[in-house]
Amino acid sequence: MIWDNAFAISIIPMLLKGLWVTIQLTLLGTLIAAVLGLVAAVIRRLQIPVVSPAVSFIVIFIRGTPLLIQAYVAFFVLPIYGISFNAFTTGVVIIGINYSAYMAEVYRSGIQGVPNGQWEAATALSLPATRVWFRIILPQAVRTVIPMLGNYLIQMFKDSAVLSAITVVELMATAQSIGTSTYRYLEPLTMAGALFFLVSYPASRLVNKLERRYAPKQ
Amino acid sequence: MSAIIEYAPLLWQGLMTTILVAVLSGALCLIVAFSMGLARLSRYWIIRWPAGVFVEIFRGTSLIVQMFWFFYALPFFGIQLHPLTAAVLALGLNEGAYAAEVVRGAISSRAKGQNEAGIALGMSPALRLRRILIPQSIPAMLPPFGNVMVDLLKNTSLVSLVTVTDLTFRAQMIRSSTGETAAVFLTILVMYFLLSVLLAMLTQWLEKRYALDRRALAVQRKVLRQESLKDKAGAL
Repeated sequence: MIWDNAFAISIIPMLLKGLWVTIQLTLLGTLIAAVLGLVAAVIRRLQIPVVSPAVSFIVIFIRGTPLLIQAYVAFFVLPIYGISFNAFTTGVVIIGINYSAYMAEVYRSGIQGVPNGQWEAATALSLPATRVWFRIILPQAVRTVIPMLGNYLIQMFKDSAVLSAITVVELMATAQSIGTSTYRYLEPLTMAGALFFLVSYPASRLVNKLERRYAPKQ
Repeated sequence: MSAIIEYAPLLWQGLMTTILVAVLSGALCLIVAFSMGLARLSRYWIIRWPAGVFVEIFRGTSLIVQMFWFFYALPFFGIQLHPLTAAVLALGLNEGAYAAEVVRGAISSRAKGQNEAGIALGMSPALRLRRILIPQSIPAMLPPFGNVMVDLLKNTSLVSLVTVTDLTFRAQMIRSSTGETAAVFLTILVMYFLLSVLLAMLTQWLEKRYALDRRALAVQRKVLRQESLKDKAGAL
């Protein structure tokens, strides 16, 4: 018998624990990405000499390099310089920074989507810059961005499995360690895949639905 | 830094393996993209359905899970794949599933009149697809395909986890034998970045080469930019 059902059932609690870590990773990572991405998008838009081009380059660099290598750098290189966190924290921060580069682009399109008249009206009323951003531009920009945030959340959920390579004990790492200790890989890996699917598929259907409902009328 | 120069041949071998993996899985990705993308547009549910299941399963689970499954779980069915084969298969099928959605989207968004004109001229469905719909869809497919390919390239780093001796694997080897962690990882980070930039430039060149007309391209790019933001792919 290839598939051992009793074994598959017996490992469910462990895998669910891994899944919970994956979910925590994803939620915290998305939070970091959403905030950092917004900061990066605003800095790029402000066109501050030196700072804005530097941020633009960082965004492009992060998008052009693999998440795995970024995680390795954070996990293996930073401790040499005395900066070390546990694997989970490193993982959250790295995946957050990685996705913030993608989020920055989403925010940029949101900011660009705010009609020119809004900027002009704010200037005509001679509102201070911080008020223009926080009370006029960002509330309108972020609204159009929210459905896309859902898509990134799901992507990050699946991508976070990469962090098993830097010993974050999430779903994938749990499945792997069950495999190495029992010499049975079929059940844990299949079940891990199934769990990823069971969460991400309904979630993406839901996001699609939200997207259609809240899509800005063009 | 001296360790990097000393071990340069090893990194070079790794780079070649990375490029080999990227080219092979890129080719598989294109085959999967067109076969599955077109199958999902079929009139017959018996063709449409399995393609839909394939695409949703490969998009709904992690690439790394798929890769480990091909490498560690398939042997339980008596199928022992070479690490390179398992890696290429997982990468090609996974990114192919994303690209299949690109093909489907591009073809189904063609102007209706084009297809109807084909019907009016008595062209068979296959002929319409081959002579009308696909050629017209290529310019629309190119930018998102470019994104998928950049994504694929970056994901080749994961093959090191199933013991394929790519750039990342070699870097780990050099790291453990010299301890030059920072230099090694920063070097390959830059190497991956240059590869992605080259790939993005190639895509842009192809876009220009196959543009139907320039003005239409500008509009299309704007629309696709919005679209591609949805898939993380967004490229550079």
